[in-house]
Amino acid sequence: MDLCATTSQTVGPFFKIGLLWLSRNKLAEEGAAGERVTVRGRVIDGDGIPVPDAILEVWQANSHGKYAHMEDSQDKPLDNDLWGYGRIFVNAEGAFCFSTIKPGSVPGPDDKEQAPHLAITLFMRGLLRHLWTRMYFPNDSRNLADPILSLVPADRRSTLVATDSPNEPGALEWNIILQGKHETVFFELGS
Amino acid sequence: MKPVAGYRPHDPGTQPNHLHPAYASSIKRAPTQPLVHIPYTLTEITGPSFGPQLVSMAACDLTRQHKGEPLGERIVVSGRVLDENSRPVPNSLVEIWQANAAGRYCHEWDQHDAPLDPNFTGSGQAVTDSEGRYRFVTIRPGEYPWGNHYNAWRPAHIHFSLFGPSFATRLVTQMFFPGDPLLPYDPIFNCTADEKARNRLISVFDWQTTLPMNALGYKFDIILRGRDATPMEQ
Repeated sequence: MDLCATTSQTVGPFFKIGLLWLSRNKLAEEGAAGERVTVRGRVIDGDGIPVPDAILEVWQANSHGKYAHMEDSQDKPLDNDLWGYGRIFVNAEGAFCFSTIKPGSVPGPDDKEQAPHLAITLFMRGLLRHLWTRMYFPNDSRNLADPILSLVPADRRSTLVATDSPNEPGALEWNIILQGKHETVFFELGS
Repeated sequence: MKPVAGYRPHDPGTQPNHLHPAYASSIKRAPTQPLVHIPYTLTEITGPSFGPQLVSMAACDLTRQHKGEPLGERIVVSGRVLDENSRPVPNSLVEIWQANAAGRYCHEWDQHDAPLDPNFTGSGQAVTDSEGRYRFVTIRPGEYPWGNHYNAWRPAHIHFSLFGPSFATRLVTQMFFPGDPLLPYDPIFNCTADEKARNRLISVFDWQTTLPMNALGYKFDIILRGRDATPMEQ
């Protein structure tokens, strides 16, 4: 028998009560292999006002491009110091910060290589369904051939690519803009 | 790598649009550009795995997290997590949060003039068993006013967050109670066009899980997206 998926509802403003226990701003343990990065950004609404009640979740591969999940059958090593999951709460100024390692590339459609990326889900008061997006890494030539980025209109791709922080070596900046001219690209899964 | 099997698209009208003007907070936060459709890749069909060891047994009884008993009507909320192909979803993390019996959240931003309960936080976690089952003991949450429009009141509800087997099956929803007179007036409950889909958010009173002399039982099954029957060729 076929069932119908349960309808989504907003997290509302008070989700911290239920979700804070699994807060994870540090995705990589000390022993994790790979290039360390800190990501800083803000979530901004349609009035240009920072959103103080949002939460991001991150899912990523390890530095070898392997996901810690039974459906990843690639012959690549797991890294016991990288689960790959992060849950990040924005602060009262709408700002978020997390640290991790840059993932390796993973296969995409037709076995085309995907550029290193983080899968991001975004939840907040006002969002009846969570949003899907990705963060890519700056100065990586693999971005040019990435099969997912290439589905995005060329003039909007930059919204998915972090930039080097001008004043903090090793840190990246990536803002999530909910509306307007520089609106971040959000995805619908399934082509 | 073999082509990955994606998930079934949602039935039309069974999920809310991002913009739902009756819910005022959506107006400045819903995307205005069309969503970009992307195929399922290894990134989306994998996700964090949770074992039963992640949460303590005590985390599913919200009435025993403090020294004393919380005020209000004790209830048992239980059900199964299944996918659209009717298969149980084991090892799914289920997180809940809710207001206390007076309709007040244990959160610094909740300014509703109703008392906090020192014996109730309103936060619980469980991991589904091999048959996809979960069970919480809690207090029936109170209704409460909010600022969406003049004389706006939220019906009694419990927030649910679930993961399922992959990042693609992530779901956050709300469970409501049968017979709540506020349901027809709630813009959040009514954001979904399909009436049947909407009504499936209402739990069902259940004698089987009602504990004699102790707590009423409410059943709430949750359906996560199911896999496409065949792997995509593209």
